Amino acid sequence: MAEAMIEFQSVTKQYQSGQPAVDQLSMSIDRGSITVFVGPSGCGKTTSLRMINRMVEPTSGTITVGGRDVTSVPAAELRRSMGYVMQSSGLMPHRSVVDNIATVPRLNGVPKADARKRAEELLDVVGLAPSLGKRYPSQLSGGQQQRVGVARALAADPPVLLMDEPFSAVDPVVRDELQQELLRLQRDLAKTIVFVTHDIDEATVLGDKVAVFAVGGKLAQYATPEEILRAPANEFVASFVGRDRGFRHLAFTTADGVAVHPVDAVTRGGDARANADDWRLVVDDQQRPLGWEGPGLDSQLIPGGSLFRPGDTLRRALDAALSSPSGLGVAVDGDGKVAGVVKGAEVLAVIESARQVRQGAL
Amino acid sequence: MEWFLANSPMVFERAGQHLVLALVPMVLGLLISIPLAQFSRRHSALRQLVATVSSLLYTIPSLALFIILPPLLGTRILDPLNVIVALTIYAVALLVRAAMDAFDSVDDDLRQAAVAMGYKPAARFLQIDLPLSLPVMFAGLRVVSVSNISLVSVAALLGVGNLGMLFTDGLQRNFVTEVVVGIIAILLLAVVMDALLVILERVLTPWTRAGSVKPDAHAQSGAAFIADAKVHAGAGS
Repeated sequence: MAEAMIEFQSVTKQYQSGQPAVDQLSMSIDRGSITVFVGPSGCGKTTSLRMINRMVEPTSGTITVGGRDVTSVPAAELRRSMGYVMQSSGLMPHRSVVDNIATVPRLNGVPKADARKRAEELLDVVGLAPSLGKRYPSQLSGGQQQRVGVARALAADPPVLLMDEPFSAVDPVVRDELQQELLRLQRDLAKTIVFVTHDIDEATVLGDKVAVFAVGGKLAQYATPEEILRAPANEFVASFVGRDRGFRHLAFTTADGVAVHPVDAVTRGGDARANADDWRLVVDDQQRPLGWEGPGLDSQLIPGGSLFRPGDTLRRALDAALSSPSGLGVAVDGDGKVAGVVKGAEVLAVIESARQVRQGAL
Repeated sequence: MEWFLANSPMVFERAGQHLVLALVPMVLGLLISIPLAQFSRRHSALRQLVATVSSLLYTIPSLALFIILPPLLGTRILDPLNVIVALTIYAVALLVRAAMDAFDSVDDDLRQAAVAMGYKPAARFLQIDLPLSLPVMFAGLRVVSVSNISLVSVAALLGVGNLGMLFTDGLQRNFVTEVVVGIIAILLLAVVMDALLVILERVLTPWTRAGSVKPDAHAQSGAAFIADAKVHAGAGS
């Protein structure tokens, strides 16, 4: 059983007018895990995050971090013990990238040279070239700025990271990179991360646990992403999780039971067509998939769908089949070489039998 | 030209006096305006009041101010202190509004970020708000610089030494050359001061000219990770 790092006890935040921004929030956040606060705008998720480092003071209730009431620590000192990453990178435009990263160590009195040295190491940790350190933030792309923001939050090696919609202002491809990068970092660092997003996909990808907030600052459900997708606690959570939740839920089951059938692949422009009425998988000389040649289309190469790799989930397996022009999902081995094909109908059969097993267990 | 060459030591002395009378109030005005602006811009009623009063102050004719101040300050009419105080009032009138605009120009997200990182208020103001407000602040300073250099010459009517004396003296003697030299000298002084302020701004705000993202910047970030991300993006649903 994981140990609690951050605890909310009956925390309410009431502004002068209207309903509470956060209403009687009680929850316990596990040490060394990623907990995602998700919900529509106005649900109090950001307010709840900001009460952890006292950017917002609760109207009533207590918050403890590592067993200590946050109000027992001077606010500035408390904030330096937590990394903070925000949506707009929040980097200081008048300071170089290295000096931005070194901010909190400098506030803690670390000598400039040591703080910069540590900052340069962190550039590498977040996947940025050392040459970027001397630039100003405006000379970086949006994705790079967010990486610097993460590096800055990590600089003083705080046990807790607070992340307020850090990836929502970057384009989807970069967001995917940053999410994977955060998961990779977390495997090494094991920080207690509280992550706010309005994107349920992001929540289920990143969260060890997900807290779904409803409008009015009420906690609607707090569970693993798998459970939230499989068994939404109420109508609100079900509608928030969205109509693709059945499909997304497949991302929590590995596709070990799906058969990979052998396939005859042809090299580009190589073999004579033995069977021109069928789809043919085209590979390069390393046996890596290039695309498909269709029946009656001569040697026109049609781009393939997504690839299915060893250890992938049912979601990836089904998507490989559905996105392939031939209806056959291309499976590759660890080196990217063609291992065979998976069939959509067989993936569905595996899904169905997994469902029956789960029902039997209940 | 001959007259200028013959009298250049006098002209340079007057220019020196002129510069001191223009610069000292500008610096004093800045030192008064920054805390005043920082305090009053956070209270909307006070902000209105400060904005209105500063406009009114600037409409007081300078000659009137030079004459009113001695009895108020207990100074002699010829005391340069009168000019310093009067021009400081004008400088504050212009700069307090410029400073409020300058602090408004700092992105509030950056203040939030600074607070979240654990800056205390004074350190945040000195290390974040103040440097980031410089571009707008300098625009105000350049106006004050020109305004002060021009206003100082009025003080020559009272006999306080500065380049304006070339006007009063030239007019009395009906000697046009001296007036022209005075005009050129004041113009040059204003242009040189403005250029110095522009250079100072450039030195103090190097980040504003850093340019924006280079097209190839992305490719330079960790290549291994990009490859990894492509794998995920390609296989993603």
